[in-house]
Amino acid sequence: MDLAFTKEEQAFREEVRSFLRDNVPPDTRRKLVEGRHLSKDEMVTWWRILNKKGWGVSHWPEQYGGTGWTSVQHYIFNEELQSYPAPQPLAFGVSMVGPVIYTFGNEEQKKQYLPRIASVDDWWCQGFSEPGSGSDLASLKTKAERKGDKWIINGQKTWTTLAQHADMIFCLCRTDASAKKQMGISFIVFSMKSKGVTVRPIQTIDGGVEVNEVFFDDVEVPYENLIGEENKGWDYAKFLLGNERTGIARVGVSKERLRRIRDLASKVESGGKPIIQDAAFREKLAACEIELKALELTQLRVVADEGKHGKGKPNPASSVLKIKGSEIQQTTTELLMEVIGPFAAPYDVHGDDGSNEAMDWTAQIAPSYFNNRKVSIYGGSNEIQRNIIAKAVLGL
Amino acid sequence: MDFDLNEEQRLLKDSIDGLLTDSYDFESRKKYMKEKGGWSKAVWGKLAEQGLLGLPFDEADGGFGGGGVETMIVMEALGKALVLEPYLATVVIGGGFLRHAGSDAQKAAHVPGIVDGSKTLAFAQLEKNSRYDLFDVTTTAKKKGEGWVIDGEKFVVLNGENADTLIVTARTKGERRDNSGIGVFLVPANAKGVTKKSYPTQDGLHAADITFTGVEVGADAALGNPDDSLALIERVVDEARIALCAEAVGLMDESLKSTVEYIKTRKQFGVAIGSFQSLQHRASDMFVAAEQARSMSMFATMAGDFEDAKERSNAVAAAKVQIGKSLKFVGQQAIQLHGGIGMTMEAKIGHYFKRLTMIENSFGDTDYHQRRVADGGGLI
Repeated sequence: MDLAFTKEEQAFREEVRSFLRDNVPPDTRRKLVEGRHLSKDEMVTWWRILNKKGWGVSHWPEQYGGTGWTSVQHYIFNEELQSYPAPQPLAFGVSMVGPVIYTFGNEEQKKQYLPRIASVDDWWCQGFSEPGSGSDLASLKTKAERKGDKWIINGQKTWTTLAQHADMIFCLCRTDASAKKQMGISFIVFSMKSKGVTVRPIQTIDGGVEVNEVFFDDVEVPYENLIGEENKGWDYAKFLLGNERTGIARVGVSKERLRRIRDLASKVESGGKPIIQDAAFREKLAACEIELKALELTQLRVVADEGKHGKGKPNPASSVLKIKGSEIQQTTTELLMEVIGPFAAPYDVHGDDGSNEAMDWTAQIAPSYFNNRKVSIYGGSNEIQRNIIAKAVLGL
Repeated sequence: MDFDLNEEQRLLKDSIDGLLTDSYDFESRKKYMKEKGGWSKAVWGKLAEQGLLGLPFDEADGGFGGGGVETMIVMEALGKALVLEPYLATVVIGGGFLRHAGSDAQKAAHVPGIVDGSKTLAFAQLEKNSRYDLFDVTTTAKKKGEGWVIDGEKFVVLNGENADTLIVTARTKGERRDNSGIGVFLVPANAKGVTKKSYPTQDGLHAADITFTGVEVGADAALGNPDDSLALIERVVDEARIALCAEAVGLMDESLKSTVEYIKTRKQFGVAIGSFQSLQHRASDMFVAAEQARSMSMFATMAGDFEDAKERSNAVAAAKVQIGKSLKFVGQQAIQLHGGIGMTMEAKIGHYFKRLTMIENSFGDTDYHQRRVADGGGLI
């Protein structure tokens, strides 16, 4: 047992840090720190810088542009991105559909899609959830019918993150209505510019527009856009969701926010002195920091385990990451609300392009608090995570 | 970075787990409790035979040169089996003082008896009003000739009833809550002027309140610098806290395991109660709490070797907070999910809960350590 990072790993951390310092556009960083929305251009610009460096699709196999890093290096890279902070690579392309394509796709599909994911020539979105299929995803109804060399797709997806920017969608569609619900699903990809695709924005309680409803009305998709085998889509979806076990804890994000809280709490006054001098507040902050330290260690256990024994058999501790990670993120936004107090009230009306730059950055704290309620809901709600622990880990 | 045990550590774990599986089932434990002093000389002898009592000592002193990870393995196993024997008091704390501050002569006088199991120790530190502050000491050690005269009262001294040697904190200089002027003294338990009131503790261990009235000891009784040993005390107590964290992890593992087994077999309304989602979620939360505790126990174990004492203390305090929160949740919910049977002395689970509860209040509770982390500038 050894907790220390090796010299090489420490040197790697420095390399990532100095790359971020030299290359993340300052305005992009500022907006993230202040909780403001980034434009599509800002995100794409940064991802292309990252890709030029060779770090855009770092965890992919080297033959498709990956880095060949160890699991510890991936951990360090993610943590540094999160805590600098800089935008992480677009998960829908890089972490979700990319691995499905290079694992289950044919050569033609690999050639067609993978380079464009890496270069962000295609912005991908995820067509999984439906109005009637949230936690019970396998009940989905969006239908793809085969007609000659085409699929005809009809139905509706929802909670489609950043679909307003997307060029491509990967979609779970029902292709065999007679089969048991998990068995009749296929994984189909297609252009968001296809005729019959309609995107309707959903405004969330923070005032932002991050998610959308997507409607499919007789959308025609070439048959070869099916990934892998027909009716095996559920397996690919499970593969996809299981792929990103450790990033979900977002330890770096919470670290960055806790540093901000400490900094802010030594400036904002209450009772004529900085809030940080209030023992009750300080203890709440310490409690959150301790929880985060425990989570960081749990995450490192999972990372070290994967590095040594491969990803085949998930460490039971990995199911802790989503639950605690989301709870801690929420606690950090609560603490920020507490520090800023009455100045949480002013609201920044969003521009037509989704930007929120009109008001002081303190106006973004309440929206961040509201927005972060989502983290215990998405990616398998924390209640679903508890079901998973009960069944898969405890055998109940 | 590596969280796996190496080959030798795995063997150590197998050997102590094996020993305790053979000799420490719940029924045997009840018998050991009734022996003099409240624990089994025979089991202690077996621990000695396997080299576990000499584990942390240098090979030159007759030990096996084990480090923090080895102690963690042993303490976890002791927790899992709910062991009564005074490993913490004798090997971890007593051994810690001797290893870090003992002169060659002091080590020669005390270590062999610990290693072969013939002698046990106890740490007489807590005072009526000191609560968790290690520097709050009113017991005095006054110079007399070359030696010292010790006067004062110590409370809840674990293994105080049985120990051959007491390790006593006493003030040689200064006022009650001064950081300097505190010494650590080796006092034979049968020295003139030592009187004990012994009793069992809530968790089935044994302790004593001990009064020192004009107890005379020689110059060789002082461990380290008699005028300035707070840093030594803090280091050894941090090691005790680290060991308690590991013990608690073992206790929580076993509590969770036994709870899950129970709700799988206990039937109501015609089905196993473990099929109810509210109980499944509770058990899942217990699992999360236990895993977070395990992570922090590992962190504390590694922090034990930190060069910087402040960094070490901060890390250990943080671990004790996590362990305190986790053990309270796991312990209370283990009783809740066992239902009525969990309330009885007859069922094992209540005894795990009682030991866990006592650990929270040993060497600083959750609030105490949370305050330390908060006042120390945090952890990020």
